[in-house]
This record gives sequence, C-alpha cells and structure tokens, in this order.
Amino acid sequence: MSYVFIFITAVFVNNIVLSQFLGICPFLGVSKKISTALGMGFAVMFVMTIATIVTFLIYHALLLPFNLEYMMTVAFILLIASFVQMVEIIIKKVSPPLYQALGIFLPLITTNCAVLGIAILTIQKNYTLLSGVCYALANAVGFTLAIVIFAGIRERLAYTKIPTALKGTPIALITASLLPMAFMGFAGIGH
Amino acid sequence: MNKTSYQNLIRGIIAENPILVMMLGMCPTLGVSTSAINGVGMGLATLLVLIFSNTAISLVKNIIPPMVRIPSFIVIIATIVTVVDLLMAAYLPSLHAALGIYIPLIVVNCIILGRAEAFASKNTIFQSILDALGMGIGFTLALTVLGAVRELLGNGSVFGYLLLGEDVNPILLFIMPPGAFLALAAMIIVFNRLRTKENEQ
Repeated sequence: MSYVFIFITAVFVNNIVLSQFLGICPFLGVSKKISTALGMGFAVMFVMTIATIVTFLIYHALLLPFNLEYMMTVAFILLIASFVQMVEIIIKKVSPPLYQALGIFLPLITTNCAVLGIAILTIQKNYTLLSGVCYALANAVGFTLAIVIFAGIRERLAYTKIPTALKGTPIALITASLLPMAFMGFAGIGH
Repeated sequence: MNKTSYQNLIRGIIAENPILVMMLGMCPTLGVSTSAINGVGMGLATLLVLIFSNTAISLVKNIIPPMVRIPSFIVIIATIVTVVDLLMAAYLPSLHAALGIYIPLIVVNCIILGRAEAFASKNTIFQSILDALGMGIGFTLALTVLGAVRELLGNGSVFGYLLLGEDVNPILLFIMPPGAFLALAAMIIVFNRLRTKENEQ
C-alpha cells in the first residue's frame, strides 16, 4: 500500500475524529479558539508520531518474542503516560517557549484516546514501521485539521444569538455534526 | 440502606449522569451507539470495569503514595480492561468484533479514571462499589437510549426487530457519523428540558 494512499485515507476519508470518533474530548474541550486548537493539534502530532514508533518497537522487540501480546493495552498505556511525562520535563528544560506553547496540553494528551487508539490500530493493521509512522502522522494531521476547522466555526458562533435550550453543549454537538457531513464528500477517494 | 449510600448509588444515574451531564466518555458514546445492542454491550463492559477498578483502588488507596497514584490507577485499570477484553473475546465474540478498538480504549475512558480519582481513592469499598454501580448504570442507560434512537431512525429497528415496516425508508444519516452528534445533541436538549421542568415544580 502506498504511503500517499495511507495519508489521504487517514486525513480525509477515515478522519480520526469525524469518522472514527477518537479524541473527541479535546475536540470538544479545547476548540473555543483557533490558536489553542492549533497548539493542541501540534502537541498531538508530536506525541502521536513518536508514541507510535516507541510502542511499535516495544511490541515487536519485547511483547511478540515473549508471547505477551495480551499485555499490549497495559504496556502501551504505561509507555504513553511515561513518554508524555518525559517529553514535558525535557521541553521544559530545553525550550521554554515551546513549553509555553505546548506545555498545558501535554498532561491532557495522556488520556487522549486517539494516541492509544492509533498505537493499537497500527499493530492491528500489521503496518511496517515506516507505514505506521505515516499512518500516525496522517491521523494527527487529520485531527489538527478537524479541530482547527471546528474552532473556526465556534469563534464565529460566539457572536451569534443562540436559543437558550441549545446553549453550551448541544450547539457545539450540532456544529460538530456538520463537519462529518462535509467530510463524507471524500468517501469515494478510498476506492 | 442509609441516606448517603442511597445518594452515592443514585447520583450517577440522573444528577451526575456521565454522558448527559458530565460529558465524559464521549468517544465510545459516539463511536459505538450505532445500535441498541452495541450500546448495552459497551455500557455493561464499562460497568464491569468500573466496579472492579473502584473496588481495587478503594482497597489499595492507603498503600499507594500520592505522588505515583495516577500511574498506579492506570495500571490497575488497564489490567482489568485486559481481563474484560479477553473474557469478551472468548464468550461474546460477535459483540467483541462489533465494539472493536473501543474495548481496549476503555482504559482511557475519563469516567473510570475520574471515579477512581474523585471517589474510590477517598471512600470505603462498599460506597465505591455503589458509586461504580450508579455511574455504570447511568452510562449504560444513556448509551442504550442513544443507540436505540439511532438504530430506529437510521435502520428502522430496535434491538434488531424491525419496527417501522418494510415500506419506510430510514434516515441513513443517523447511523453514520453526523447522526451520532445530532442524536446526542437532541438527547441532551430533551434531558435538560426535563430536568429544569422537574426543578421548577
């Protein structure tokens, strides 16, 4: 399977947020402003790509040779949690400006099901390391695209009059339902 | 049953319903609610994990140092999820296949870690089990209703039984991704309306 195909399918056709419903919490939670949405997007991109590489290597070097495949969930969540913690410490020390930009999002990412989900899906789909990296990066780009578009709509929405019954979560969900409708137009590309 | 126990049990069902009020566990909610039976399956799997994790964490709450409590909770939860995952694969293979990636992802469901941190790490085992039961039932009920509504509108059936008849064309959109957001929004609006009405009386 070509890398371009994996990339296009993951970003547009099977968008991680809009069609696979992974990472909904940050999608609804940190999408009130475009700038924070972008920050979250880049943090996810960074963590997801590297976490997929690390979990892939651990799975093939440690779990598979010792017949410990059933320990995948436990091993992966521990790896991701400690990896995120480590990244936070390193960034704080090495690059304070980057920490200012991404720091607040990092603790949130541990419980972002998108990261664990993509790590597991990469294994389940039997990808090689390179196509796995491509898959993870594409999904992160898809996540960033979805959350930034959504934040753009919500910024406009803040200035409109909304019926009382719809205020808060309902209007956010109704707005969110428009995005997968638009993305359904890409459905034919995959075939 | 005394008053606090009753409150701990009942709280998760209406007043602090994980889906409709707290907005926790949105990924499985939107992802698997394409049919009522998937909703029940996912809800019960989460309920099971929640009961065991609340029990285990309540048992060890005094042994774990506060500094490493979150990673310890995650390991306990991940272990329980693995057990439930393997059990479902063995005894309910078709449901296991339908729920797919969302079963291992119960680990990162905010409800589980949220209840561990907010309730089980501070309360006795018995109260923690009641809390888990209430939250789990609230989650299952909301997920089942959402699944049933989506299945009825999108497929014309509930729990696999055709209700609308052969001639009616169902609104396919409701079992597709946009319908998940729309149906949940509608459900929250109705739920909030009912609750404010009750408070006014």
